[in-house]
Amino acid sequence: MYNFDFVRPSTLAEAVIALAGDEAQPLAGGQTLLPSMKQRLNMPGTLVSLTGIADLKGVSGEAGASVTIGAATTHAQVAAEAGAFYPALADLAARIGDPAVRNRGTIGGSLANNDPSACYPAAVLASGATITTNKREIAADDFFDGMFATVLEEGEIITSVTFPIPQAAAYAKFLQPASRFALTGAFVARFEGGVRVAITGASEGGVFRWSDAESVLSNSFSGDALAGKLPAAEGMISDLHGSAAYRAHLCGVMTRRAVAAAG
Amino acid sequence: MPKDGGIGASPKRREDIRFLTGEGVYTDDIQLQGQCFAYFVRSTVAHGTIGTIDTAATEAMPGVLAVFTGEDFKDVGGNPAGWLINSRDGTPMREPKRPVLAHGKVRHVGDAYAAVIAETYAQAKDAAEQLAADSEIEDLPAIVDMAAAVANADNRVHDEIPDNLCFDWGWVEDNRAAVDEAIKNAPHVTTLELVNNRLVPNAMEPRASIGEYFPGTGDYKLTTTSQNPHLHRLLISAFVMGIPENKLTVVAPDVGGGFGSKIYHYGEEALVLAAAKKLKRPVRWTAERSESFLTDAHGRDHVTKIELACEEDGTFIAFRTETLANVGAYLSNFATATPTFLHGTLMAGPYKVPNVYVNLKTVFTNTAPVDAYRGAGRPEATYSLERVIDKMCRELELDPFEVRRKNFITPDMFPYTTPVGLVYDTGDYNATLDKAMEMADVDGFEDRRAESAARGKLRGMGLSTWIEACGIAPSNLVGVLGSRVGLYDAATVRVNATGNISVMTGAHSHGQGHETVFPQIVAEKLGIDPASVEIVHGDTSKIPFGMGSYGSRSLAVAGSAMNNAVDKIIAKGKKIAAHMLEASEDDITFEDGNFAVAGTDKSLSFGEVAFSAYVPHNYPLETLEPGLEETSFYDPGNFTYPAGAYLCEVEVCPETGKVDVVAFYCADDFGNVMNPLIVEGQVHGGVGQGIGQALCEQTTYDADGQLLSASYMDYAMPRADDVPFYQVDYSCNTPCTHNPLGVKGCGEAGAIGSPPAVINAVVDALNSGGFTHITHIDMPVTPSRVWTAMQAQ
Amino acid sequence: MSKVTITVNGREMSGEAEGRTLLVSFLREALGLTGTHVGCDTSQCGACVVHVDGKAVKSCTMLAMEAEGAEVTTVEGMADADGSLGVIQQAFQDHHGLQCGFCTPGMVMSTAALLKDNPTPSEAEIRAYLDGNICRCTGYHNIVRAVMAASGQDVSGLGVVAAE
Repeated sequence: MYNFDFVRPSTLAEAVIALAGDEAQPLAGGQTLLPSMKQRLNMPGTLVSLTGIADLKGVSGEAGASVTIGAATTHAQVAAEAGAFYPALADLAARIGDPAVRNRGTIGGSLANNDPSACYPAAVLASGATITTNKREIAADDFFDGMFATVLEEGEIITSVTFPIPQAAAYAKFLQPASRFALTGAFVARFEGGVRVAITGASEGGVFRWSDAESVLSNSFSGDALAGKLPAAEGMISDLHGSAAYRAHLCGVMTRRAVAAAG
Repeated sequence: MPKDGGIGASPKRREDIRFLTGEGVYTDDIQLQGQCFAYFVRSTVAHGTIGTIDTAATEAMPGVLAVFTGEDFKDVGGNPAGWLINSRDGTPMREPKRPVLAHGKVRHVGDAYAAVIAETYAQAKDAAEQLAADSEIEDLPAIVDMAAAVANADNRVHDEIPDNLCFDWGWVEDNRAAVDEAIKNAPHVTTLELVNNRLVPNAMEPRASIGEYFPGTGDYKLTTTSQNPHLHRLLISAFVMGIPENKLTVVAPDVGGGFGSKIYHYGEEALVLAAAKKLKRPVRWTAERSESFLTDAHGRDHVTKIELACEEDGTFIAFRTETLANVGAYLSNFATATPTFLHGTLMAGPYKVPNVYVNLKTVFTNTAPVDAYRGAGRPEATYSLERVIDKMCRELELDPFEVRRKNFITPDMFPYTTPVGLVYDTGDYNATLDKAMEMADVDGFEDRRAESAARGKLRGMGLSTWIEACGIAPSNLVGVLGSRVGLYDAATVRVNATGNISVMTGAHSHGQGHETVFPQIVAEKLGIDPASVEIVHGDTSKIPFGMGSYGSRSLAVAGSAMNNAVDKIIAKGKKIAAHMLEASEDDITFEDGNFAVAGTDKSLSFGEVAFSAYVPHNYPLETLEPGLEETSFYDPGNFTYPAGAYLCEVEVCPETGKVDVVAFYCADDFGNVMNPLIVEGQVHGGVGQGIGQALCEQTTYDADGQLLSASYMDYAMPRADDVPFYQVDYSCNTPCTHNPLGVKGCGEAGAIGSPPAVINAVVDALNSGGFTHITHIDMPVTPSRVWTAMQAQ
Repeated sequence: MSKVTITVNGREMSGEAEGRTLLVSFLREALGLTGTHVGCDTSQCGACVVHVDGKAVKSCTMLAMEAEGAEVTTVEGMADADGSLGVIQQAFQDHHGLQCGFCTPGMVMSTAALLKDNPTPSEAEIRAYLDGNICRCTGYHNIVRAVMAASGQDVSGLGVVAAE
């Protein structure tokens, strides 16, 4: 990788100042950023580590109402601590990457990167979570802006994510055989007001809500109700691991599995 | 006789101690005073003309010590192919020169056309990026698809080779007419077109090299990731750089797996030596994994049409194959042998089929060179045969077990000469099939299938009865077939004055456990403690000679050399004992580590004799030399022929197409087994790679010659949760008849026998689920491919 | 270049690092601890797994400067105090859980992390946990057996049909 200056502030305020510098970029767990820097696809002048900021870490919540995850909280910590509030979220975190990746990777880093096959975006979008930054609160429906893109501005740092707790929820994913990212993953969350379904891994546009499935499931929360329903294959990713049609098909299978798991 | 550590025991591996404690020394672990770093500038296009390379800006960059381009090596020799193959019309193969660095043209993505040496690795990489920017490469149309390469004579990988063909080979050409006739007249012919998928070997240690030059003596030293350091020395000395063999030492220290990819000499090794001489400093290079994907010799990559002619009862009449085999952009060292004499000669399988003809065209393409990868040609032969037999059984509704039995060569028929030029010495194919069926509880399969169905899964069983030729190889035979080297091996057994032993062997251990197994054999024969025997390997300055480790040859060939050297030690020991005991040499016996005079109580221990050899007081020097050290070169009389029966059970998810291998049974005949634990490990590893080939490993170039599967993000390596526990048996052994240990070789078996067992099981599962239109799916049977095949109904 | 100080296998050690110096390069080159290996450049293979403050991480995907002040354990620190093989290392030797040895340091470190959280993992749990450690030699069979054995489980019947 190219060389850069490294700073590791201990407060959010210091981090914000550091990120105002020329070509400064935040570093969370680094599990995606560092590999892309090794390939010289990314060349920050200054890397501002967020892992030294205690305020950005931790899981807190109110049973049955909401859970808030600090942006620099690792997947492993979410897996271990979020289950008391939101089991489906903890389960998702427990299956991201591999154990060593889960000990470094963070929810904030995952969301800011918005990899089209990452797991967290599905949970955030299906849950209707709120992303809090140093500047504002952003609703999940407004946050994602296509593959590897979000509405975050230069220098804007995610500080936490707050998930409302659904009545029932589950995540089902089908692994891409090589990378073990989601070839297609479906997060289903049933709230009093209706069901939300978010699909990751499948679309060229990144994570998306599958609204047809949501209306069907809001009427009848069962996998059988989805029989024969598929999102359009147009706009789905097609690569050596699966055609667009296959991914569209997997959207149906994974959503049904998630519904079954949510009970 | 040592009971715990001798032949047939499973002592703990002694090399494990250093590997488990982080004390192993792999090439990249070595740090040298004054070292500097090489980084290679590699083509980003598959095919292009090299224009101006402006080195000025690069040379001015921080830390840069030297810049090399293809022009610097234009006049040195090329890296050769080890086998000369003649086409059917008698013309010799086309053999383009393989340069150290590309000049004139680049021929595959990753082809190195320049190198930068700098004080640090990062500086070298930064400078290489600059040099790439300052290099003019004019894009040419890529040649990727083999059929198109042969069809379009105007677009050429090598300008002097008009149809991109290396050779068009017939084996055995004299069989051709009879085979054609037999197929024409046969009651039934099953035809199958299949692809044997290109694989990237992916030894976990990337290739690495350190070049050193010693100006005071003019000596060179290359430390490198090699399976055969003498072969590297020979190639560099005789063909590529002209360094005298006695001025070049090649050391292969701990090597993290090879699987074929580290047999060959690569340009990076020559470059670090040339740079070391120029700079008079050690020059090192370690591949990044992405370089490994682009430049390690790949494996397999055959497109084959096979026809099986048979009677209505399944009795085989003839096999005929037509294959396009990819050799990539340049001929790697074994590239011409792998698809021919390691493939065509196996096309009779373990069957008494009278007529076999193999036609094979090897094709140059703008892709990485293709060469031997674990199994090397034999997996391709086995896959074609065992798949087409399975398809025939389905077409004729015959029992796949019975069809194999009906056609097996039986023990009373050995030695058995096949129609494709091999003489099998021994085997019992029904015995291994019986054992596999017993292990797998074939009778209980329908119950297991019902249980899977209850969970919504389609269960299938697949059989493969395989044979291979290894213990490579008899020099007399391979010489006739075009080999440019002999394939003997050598060992020196040095008994030190204090009675302990150093064995210098040409075999190289990079996972095989030689340091543990070889002492078992020496100790057993000498009746001493295995702990007193040390194996020395991997250093041309310490070992006599050797062709290295590949082709399941280490034990059968180098082990036999070691065995024979020990016999010479015993013979010399008898002479010494006769002198010391004042007896006739003919009266000296050697048992349990003691030399004795037959019929008396006079005896000497091995240690006493060894000590005397180095303190030769009163020796009759005219007839008895001091010292106790013997060397043997062993050249095998034939290949060895391991064989076996593999049964695989899979579950297919009808919703997603995902295949899970749920059980795998291996019944193998490896001849005599020296160390069961290590044999089991070799089978496990081979089967794991075979399952990887069958299920997930896919090397994909796009039409522009870009490698799409160029990292572990897209090239699916089998992981722990992709495979089951394997059930392994090796009790049905028929010892090899022509080597002193009676051993056959076990290193490649798993990778040879397993892929067709997996695919046969997948086809069985899908057919049982009503997908009877599916007669074949090409490897790897990824979920997407299986699902797509199911949709075609 | 800046000075980075970490405690490795109980011993405080310092070396020079750039911003871009990875923890694995720092361990191997600055500190001379070459037991930790690099097998890929995409954070997949796991040959570089070490423990940082008690947690398994891929040292090729962490900057050396991020480890400033941390407690790091590498494979060199896994033997018993008297220098003999630790329980996990011994199980790998006993059950032939390694061949070429290159992935082995990562396997040992991942196993140690697993057994800390889950002292008697099932076969399926072991296979799932080792998802981020690639081995090309063993087909994983004897690695999984070694992990089970290291956790005190009987592995005698698993997959071995003894020859006569």
